[in-house]
Amino acid sequence: MKRQSWFLTIASTLGFVFLYVPIVSLIIFSFNKSKLVTVWAGFSTKWYGKLFSDPQIMGAAWISLKIAFISASLALVLGTLAALSLARFRRFRGKTLLSAMISAPLVMPDVIIGLSLLLLFVAMENVFGWPAGRGLTTIIIAHTTFCMAYVAVVVQSRLITMDASLEEAACDLGARPVRVFLDVTLPVISPALVSGWLLSFTLSLDDLVIASFVSGPGASTLPMVIFSKVRLGVSPDINALATIIIVTVAIGVAIAASRLKPRKGG
Amino acid sequence: MSMRANLLRLAGLLKALGFRGRSIVIGVPLWWLVLFFLIPFLVVAKISFSEAIIARPPYSSLIEWSGDGVMLIKLEFSNYAYLLEDSLYVSAFLSSLKIAFFSTVIVLLVAYPMAYRIARASEGARNILLMLVILPFWTSFLLRVYAWIGLLKTKGIVNNLLMSLGITSEPIVMMQTNFAVYLGIVYTYLPFMVLPLFTTLVKLDSSILEASSDLGARPMTTFFKITLPLSVPGIVAGSMLVFIPVIGEFVIPALLGGPDTLMIGKVLWNEFFSNRDWPVASAVAMVLLVLLVIPIMLLRNAQTASSEASS
Repeated sequence: MKRQSWFLTIASTLGFVFLYVPIVSLIIFSFNKSKLVTVWAGFSTKWYGKLFSDPQIMGAAWISLKIAFISASLALVLGTLAALSLARFRRFRGKTLLSAMISAPLVMPDVIIGLSLLLLFVAMENVFGWPAGRGLTTIIIAHTTFCMAYVAVVVQSRLITMDASLEEAACDLGARPVRVFLDVTLPVISPALVSGWLLSFTLSLDDLVIASFVSGPGASTLPMVIFSKVRLGVSPDINALATIIIVTVAIGVAIAASRLKPRKGG
Repeated sequence: MSMRANLLRLAGLLKALGFRGRSIVIGVPLWWLVLFFLIPFLVVAKISFSEAIIARPPYSSLIEWSGDGVMLIKLEFSNYAYLLEDSLYVSAFLSSLKIAFFSTVIVLLVAYPMAYRIARASEGARNILLMLVILPFWTSFLLRVYAWIGLLKTKGIVNNLLMSLGITSEPIVMMQTNFAVYLGIVYTYLPFMVLPLFTTLVKLDSSILEASSDLGARPMTTFFKITLPLSVPGIVAGSMLVFIPVIGEFVIPALLGGPDTLMIGKVLWNEFFSNRDWPVASAVAMVLLVLLVIPIMLLRNAQTASSEASS
């Protein structure tokens, strides 16, 4: 095996370098004095100041955080229920349908999800008068729908590997199903619930395409504002925004990974 | 603990109202997905058969009542005929399939050594390397695509570097080309391939590999005869996780590609947002959906195969 290992080392190292070069360049040029994002002209933090004084970006960031918080929380509940149904109930009507519908959003192109939900909302408004117009509510419904799929996948894999005898013992001792869930299942799957919620939160915060379809006037999310700015060219305040997001996520993931290290055999 | 108490009280209340716990656990997510995932596709299918009109909403109704109370259902196949007639749509579909296919192959070639290296690493190094693969996945997709604009621009970082090293005297045009689109796709979808490959490679029994080399097989032979065939489920799952979303990709061709980069996601977007032709956009979406049925079934089979193998 020694002979081929130099190839393996070089190829895999290049792969990791490739993953990080764009991110590192984003961060470096966010501290650039010049407006040109590609020529170094000295250290400066002025783009961060400009970012925080831009009312459009700050407003959109606030809208996006609100949407992400609500969608992730709804997706957590719905996704966990779906995972429980698929992992704990042996047979029920609609099981194949549920399992197909819960895995399809993971790969379905965003343009299809966005277009189809928008057309549904328009049709519903015509027939029932709800939702009146489009905005925060419609984005939250759309994000909840695709995020619950991610929650379900994460929670389901935890439920499958969990030792079922714990739940059986609680049942045998006379606990009702809701108590078994709250006192036995919930503590065991809570790391999966935390990562499912965090994953949903970041996915919602990141979505451009679906939000563009189902959004309405006055509800521009952060990715929508970034996209319209970036289309006109590179701007250093977007680099500053990217740096803040990347550093926050890196710290969050590091904390989560050190706290939620899955116990072996559990 | 008050949250727990409240949940127990809620459960009791629902039970008193005659709901069965099981039917709520199943019913709530099932009906949510039927309403917001399944029915929307039926609406798209319906509108793809209607006619574009200048109104709100901008499409005609399929059902008309004639004067004597007879219901007429009018299906317009013209949107689909239009997709076939205008070469733009056919070539956009073909070009998306081509880009998705070749970028999946490139992602596989880049990801395989990485996944293999992670799977063979010591436990401590393995967790760090896995974290390094997952971390970019958690940061904004849009901003990671944006990062390439600064690198690939005519006066960008890569060209500045090449020119200062004397490799070229003129900047190379990389932005707004298919090269930039491929690069962006390979970059953003790399983690989707590395993770499933890693999952199958890490389960590989190292005693089989040792047996093979003890029997005199060279490393290359062992790789092609044993490692590669045994990692097929990971290859299929990873490839589909890349191939399917790339076909409908919009952000990467919109930001890195040029006007001649044809991808169906961009065509659908323009049809909807620029031309405001909802029926044609719906017809494009329906054709795209039909194209995706086979890859999605392949993915489901690969996933059930690997979950059965692990349990």
